Amino acid sequence: MKILLALLFMASAAGAQQRSMVLASTTSTQNSGLLDVILPQFEASTGIHVFVVAVGTGQALRIAQNGDADAILVHHRASEDQFVADGFGIDRLDIMFNDFVIIGPKSDPAGISEALSAGQAFANISSSQSRFVSRGDNSGTHLRELEIWREAGLSPEYDGYLEVGSGMGTALNLASGLGAYILADRGTWLSFQNRGDLALLFEGGAEMINPYGYVRVDPARFAHIKSAEAEALGLWLTSSAGQAAIAGFRIMGVQLFCASGLAPPDQQNDQQGTCAAGALQR
Amino acid sequence: MNRLSFDKVSVYRNGKAILGPLDVALQADGITCLLGPNGAGKSVFLNLCHGMYAPDKGTVEWNGVAAVSTRMDRSFMFQSAAVMRRSVWANVAFPLVAQKVPRPERLERVLEALAFARLVDQASQPAASLSGGEKQRMALARAWVTRPKVILLDEPAANLDPGSTHALESMLHDIATKSGVIIATHNLPQARRLARHVLVFTNGKLAANMAADSFFNQSHTGQVADYLEGRI
Amino acid sequence: MDTLSAAWFLLIGMDADLLAIVSLSLKVSGFAVLYALILGAPVGAALAIWSFPGRQVLIVVFNSLMALPPVVVGLSVYLLLSRSGPLGDLGILFTPKAMIVAQTVLIFPIIVALTREAVKPVFREYRGLLVSLNASPFLVLRTVLWDARFGVVTALLAGFGRAVAEVGAVLIVGGNINGLTRVMTTTIALETSKGNLELAMALGVVLIVLALVMNALIYSISRIGLRFQEVRE
Repeated sequence: MKILLALLFMASAAGAQQRSMVLASTTSTQNSGLLDVILPQFEASTGIHVFVVAVGTGQALRIAQNGDADAILVHHRASEDQFVADGFGIDRLDIMFNDFVIIGPKSDPAGISEALSAGQAFANISSSQSRFVSRGDNSGTHLRELEIWREAGLSPEYDGYLEVGSGMGTALNLASGLGAYILADRGTWLSFQNRGDLALLFEGGAEMINPYGYVRVDPARFAHIKSAEAEALGLWLTSSAGQAAIAGFRIMGVQLFCASGLAPPDQQNDQQGTCAAGALQR
Repeated sequence: MNRLSFDKVSVYRNGKAILGPLDVALQADGITCLLGPNGAGKSVFLNLCHGMYAPDKGTVEWNGVAAVSTRMDRSFMFQSAAVMRRSVWANVAFPLVAQKVPRPERLERVLEALAFARLVDQASQPAASLSGGEKQRMALARAWVTRPKVILLDEPAANLDPGSTHALESMLHDIATKSGVIIATHNLPQARRLARHVLVFTNGKLAANMAADSFFNQSHTGQVADYLEGRI
Repeated sequence: MDTLSAAWFLLIGMDADLLAIVSLSLKVSGFAVLYALILGAPVGAALAIWSFPGRQVLIVVFNSLMALPPVVVGLSVYLLLSRSGPLGDLGILFTPKAMIVAQTVLIFPIIVALTREAVKPVFREYRGLLVSLNASPFLVLRTVLWDARFGVVTALLAGFGRAVAEVGAVLIVGGNINGLTRVMTTTIALETSKGNLELAMALGVVLIVLALVMNALIYSISRIGLRFQEVRE
């Protein structure tokens, strides 16, 4: 048995020397490629390697609660505050934001591109009984979608409403295949390759803002938490270097995330107005 | 000196006695043939002799020691002997591995046994590729390689052609000069060629126990006569 | 056609990232098969050889465990290895070690059940010989396992196939961390979720090609073994 364990540990003994930490984050930050661009910059300046576990916001919070991550970068403010209030996290920081957009078939049978608010767009979708794909996975996007339904006084329990219980990309693939409407974060949408007949139909409005918060796990709860590393990442993400790195991230020339500390948005070279703050002016 | 004794031995299957009650005392040197119709108890008797299992009642002993605890002194060759999925060499060597015989001695004895069975040329072949006669000779070599005091054989030539049968019998004659041989057979001419002593079983009981000379040269009555004349 | 040519370019291009992903896939699943074999083959053989109370129950249990969804295995191993779990102090969650543990658990029942099937006929044939030679239990186990080795290779192949193809378990316990725990299947899932269907499919083709090569290799080895098996008429 001892030999077995020894073999097991030999299997991947390499690379254990460097300082590192585990960040539980969302698929939106990972799939868009943001973290692949900014974390190497953090590593270059601090020598700390960040291992990213990209899951839904709900699972990220759960992983952190179990002590399996050193910090989280997620996008559901109420859950983040609850996480801190429950004593799992400390030092919540505003890092960045982007916005949600409503995607749907180009023909737009529900006519949501004319809607004045996200709530009205949702109302049009349900009253026309159009298909709507919901993440249904307790992710930040899913929770926000439910909030929009609730604030519009609507119940999303109709025949065309499909809870798919999947990540953003998988849900978009489904929406593409079904010609359905879907609430997506702009970053994932912009980097999504399999659009088919889908198009961006609605954007803008306060309820569409999608803020990301960074919370590190309370080292008092778990002895093994890489507290110094997690603190360093928080400091760097809010530093001018980190904020500039976030604001500088582009996909096909489009900025995906607005750095929270670098308002106003026009200073972030947000030419296309994709920064949520720009969308606010709608 | 191989003194076999069965003392009030019975074996039951499903509540029915398939052997016994049986009392036998036998000097098992030379070749002893077990005769009798199917189901008369020859195989059960052989299994008990080897100590494959203990009888339900009574005792089976060799020179006063229970058969089950002295299996290593003997070898057993089954009617359809296992052809291990290995080379001929490895098949013959296996009993020596089981007895933890040191390697140099093992090599010497396997070679000797293979030569005895005239299988040296086939030593490295898969055992499965041997002919029927060769397989039985290999099984006999495997039984002989441990130098047992007694070899027990259950119908070893049942499916062999005359040539192969002859080869096997001449090996048995050789072996019998050094060890005891007990062989169950249906083949009366074979028993006549081999046996020094004969035991005849009918219905799980011993019907005859005598020297082969007198057995084959006298007339019989009762069940032995029925068996010899093919009525049972 | 696009997919096939993309797969072709991936294969001949084989950049460092892809190479790392492919080799991690092979390493994780390879070690998993090795450990499952070391642990599972004796158990399977023992189930074929000895009867003891509860043996039938164990056989049924192991047969049903073969149908265990990888996600459930992943979740169980996650809860085991989580810092809040009983083995949290090992600190191996989100590392290749955790993935090896999960896949070992996943394929252990396959190895047990298929080894049992492979050993059964061999033991039936050898039983008399082994008893007559007074073979020790260890020798019995060793002998039947060795002589059933070409059947055990089949178990190995089945186990490797299941391990290298599964995504649910490694995703949960490995976390699909770039450069650390990303394997072929999790990469395929990731690229699919990004909508990069061609790249995902091309990776799938690469996976199939690798599986083909592995299988052909092991199959040709096991062909040699067939010569040693008796054909009874």
